Amino acid sequence: MLKFLLSRIAQAIPVLLVVVTATFFIVHAAPGGPFSADKAVPPEVIEALEAQYKLDQPVWRQYISYLGDILSGDFGPSFKYPGRSVNELIMAGIPITAELAFYAMLVALGLGVLSGVGAAMRPNTLQDYAPMTLAMIGICMPSFLLGPLLVLVFGIELEMVPVSGWGDIPGDKILPSITLGTGYAAYIARLSRGGMLEILSQDFIRTARAKGLSESTVIIKHALKGGLIPVIAFLGPAFAGLLAGSFVVETIFQIPGIGRFYVQAAFNRDYTLILGMTIFLSTLIIIFNLISDLISIWLNPKLRDEISNG
Amino acid sequence: MTILDVKNLSISFYTRNGTVKAVKNVSFNLSKGETLAIVGESGSGKSVTCYSLLDLLPKPPAKIESGNAYFEGSDLLNCDKDAMRMHRCDDIAIIFQDPMTSLNPFLTIGEQIIEPLIKNPNPDKKLARKDAKLQALSLLREVGIKNADERYHSYPHEFSGGMRQRVMIAMALITEPKLLICDEPTTALDVTIQAQILRLIKKLQKNRDVAVIFISHDLGVVAGIADKVMVMCDGEIKEQDSTNEVFYKTKDDYTKRLLAAIPDGAKRLPNRSTKNILVEVKELKTYFKNHTKKRTDANYFTRAVDDVSLKVFEGEILGLVGESGSGKSTLGRSILRLAPIYDGSITYGGEDIKNLTKTNLLPYRKKMQMIFQDPYASLNPRMTVYETLSEPLLYHKVASKNNIDSLIYQLMDDVGLARGSIFKYPHEFSGGQRQRIAIGRAVATRPEFIIADEPVSALDVTIQAQILDLILNLVEKHNLTMLFISHDLSVVRYISDRVVVMNAGKIIEQGITEQIWENPAKPYTQDLLSAIPFPDPIKERKRATWL
Repeated sequence: MLKFLLSRIAQAIPVLLVVVTATFFIVHAAPGGPFSADKAVPPEVIEALEAQYKLDQPVWRQYISYLGDILSGDFGPSFKYPGRSVNELIMAGIPITAELAFYAMLVALGLGVLSGVGAAMRPNTLQDYAPMTLAMIGICMPSFLLGPLLVLVFGIELEMVPVSGWGDIPGDKILPSITLGTGYAAYIARLSRGGMLEILSQDFIRTARAKGLSESTVIIKHALKGGLIPVIAFLGPAFAGLLAGSFVVETIFQIPGIGRFYVQAAFNRDYTLILGMTIFLSTLIIIFNLISDLISIWLNPKLRDEISNG
Repeated sequence: MTILDVKNLSISFYTRNGTVKAVKNVSFNLSKGETLAIVGESGSGKSVTCYSLLDLLPKPPAKIESGNAYFEGSDLLNCDKDAMRMHRCDDIAIIFQDPMTSLNPFLTIGEQIIEPLIKNPNPDKKLARKDAKLQALSLLREVGIKNADERYHSYPHEFSGGMRQRVMIAMALITEPKLLICDEPTTALDVTIQAQILRLIKKLQKNRDVAVIFISHDLGVVAGIADKVMVMCDGEIKEQDSTNEVFYKTKDDYTKRLLAAIPDGAKRLPNRSTKNILVEVKELKTYFKNHTKKRTDANYFTRAVDDVSLKVFEGEILGLVGESGSGKSTLGRSILRLAPIYDGSITYGGEDIKNLTKTNLLPYRKKMQMIFQDPYASLNPRMTVYETLSEPLLYHKVASKNNIDSLIYQLMDDVGLARGSIFKYPHEFSGGQRQRIAIGRAVATRPEFIIADEPVSALDVTIQAQILDLILNLVEKHNLTMLFISHDLSVVRYISDRVVVMNAGKIIEQGITEQIWENPAKPYTQDLLSAIPFPDPIKERKRATWL
């Protein structure tokens, strides 16, 4: 098991290196720079600023020194938020984004698994078609459309929930979580339907029924574990996707998470912030993928044996 | 006392391609402690009949059209869900064919065995987990699982096929049912394991006085164990009588055909074998690397073929017999250079082929062909018969675009395929016809040497007889040399001149087929031969002292 973990972590290192290198050179190759502004600034000021942030050095030298910095866990100072480091900015935003992503995940899992399993139990009936059609709509509907729509109906017309903010008024976390989670709920519904249909057609399900077990025992005890493995495998990338993709929802609902930094940093050519965010999110994606792989292995006794023997 | 009474049962499947009448007007009954064998080929409706008793058919597409089934007077076909759960739990249990897929891979076997006890819908019979475990452990010991306490917590993949079937049997018997349905319980098992499982079922039946319905495609298997036999074909009962009547005073033509199709004795070609060695294998070792193990680990290599030497003489059919995992298929694949050879030598017509590069091997690929076991999996579903047969012809430049059509028609005639089906896809054919296509593909390039890897074991017994005869015809017509791999000793005896017995990667013994049959020298061969069931009730009962 330890060997498996170590080898997976070792595989992550070159991946991260490629991410850092590619991002570094792409942002530096993009036209403009952090200090090219609309207003004319005296050249001496720009020179002084560039010297301060080591931008006057050749790009490869900057790259080497940046690699050294991130190895010690320092993402450097932000170019556009004077006096604040990238580490500080990420740490300030990440608890909020993580909380949003977590609630969205609960929404996605709850809605997705329930409707997917329900659909698989009665394939090709209304109980299958209705949620699957909704799921297709959910996948197609972008959050910048769904968010305002929910705000309009439940916030403004029905006045049931607050329309913006995060943690200021009770209930203001509901709409953003649903907006962010819906798309993922749709994917999970389709995955769990497929997984469950596959498992429910297996011989051992027939055996379970032949033993006289109730239908709920057959589904919950015999089918779910295997049927939800595709969902588990999807959870890792999905959670990382929720973190990275929260920008739209954070903007719609005025949530001070990390999403807005990411986009603004790209517009501002805030080199260190873009790089810091990218590396941070890539690391999270790798970690979450590893976790969901581990859960999938743990759920499958045969795989578990093979891995732990190795 | 009659416990099960089925009357005029008819079942249809309503599919997109029309209605299939799977079971037509079937009636039978069963008394306490009695054994009824339902025998038929695939699609005969034997399993459907039994599954309908426990409401295990998917509805739709299945629909019970008419008929009744009573278990101890209570109606099985028209009862509510709770009543059916009671029947499934306490009265009627089923053992399925393939213990690998019929056990849940995600749950320990202990958990699966005690489920009918701890989840019993009948509050009087419901047991606490602790008591259920005690019962399960004693039953596991009774069915022959060693270290039951430890194995209770094992998962299905940690057992061999035979042991898994023992677990299935324990699971079926845990609630002491009055009727046990065995759906081809030994078909997926090796012949020696089959004998053990049959013996176990019989012993348990005797101890418990339980009635048994034994579903099988193999008349040989049921001869010794059944009190009465019901032969089914296309959903109809062809013959139903006591076992002796069915075997010795057969009335129905279909039953006669079934009995005749069982390979009995030998139908060898006049001896064509010469003294010329065509293929010679010396000290061959084919090892598979175990990537989960360390290089220094003794089990780093799985020794599938371990130091095997044999000769194939020009013109002979050499039978290669062994149980699953004996390395017989790997040996066949190694000769064709389709497996990782670790050491040893292979010569073809005196030339070394073990060290040839891919390109230099090409002329030999034309001379050596293979027929695979499963005609469903080994034909490309997206290629028509024409494409499947033309590919090797064009690739090996046996034919050109101009004369290929006539060659393909000739091939189709050779293997007994109607010329009109030339543009059909594999799914449009039955299993036997598909195997004909596969054989056609193998003989297309006019090879000298064919390795047939279990070519008939996926086929029904009447089809099997036809395909064996086809193979014999082609061998004679094209003067082929053949390595015939099979787990089925009767089939090997029927077809081959000499035989090689393999076990655990090594050759146990080899010699002239009939001599080995009369006088097996090694204990392993003796066990193997004595495990073959005869389609002869009296002989079988006499021989199997445990009955």
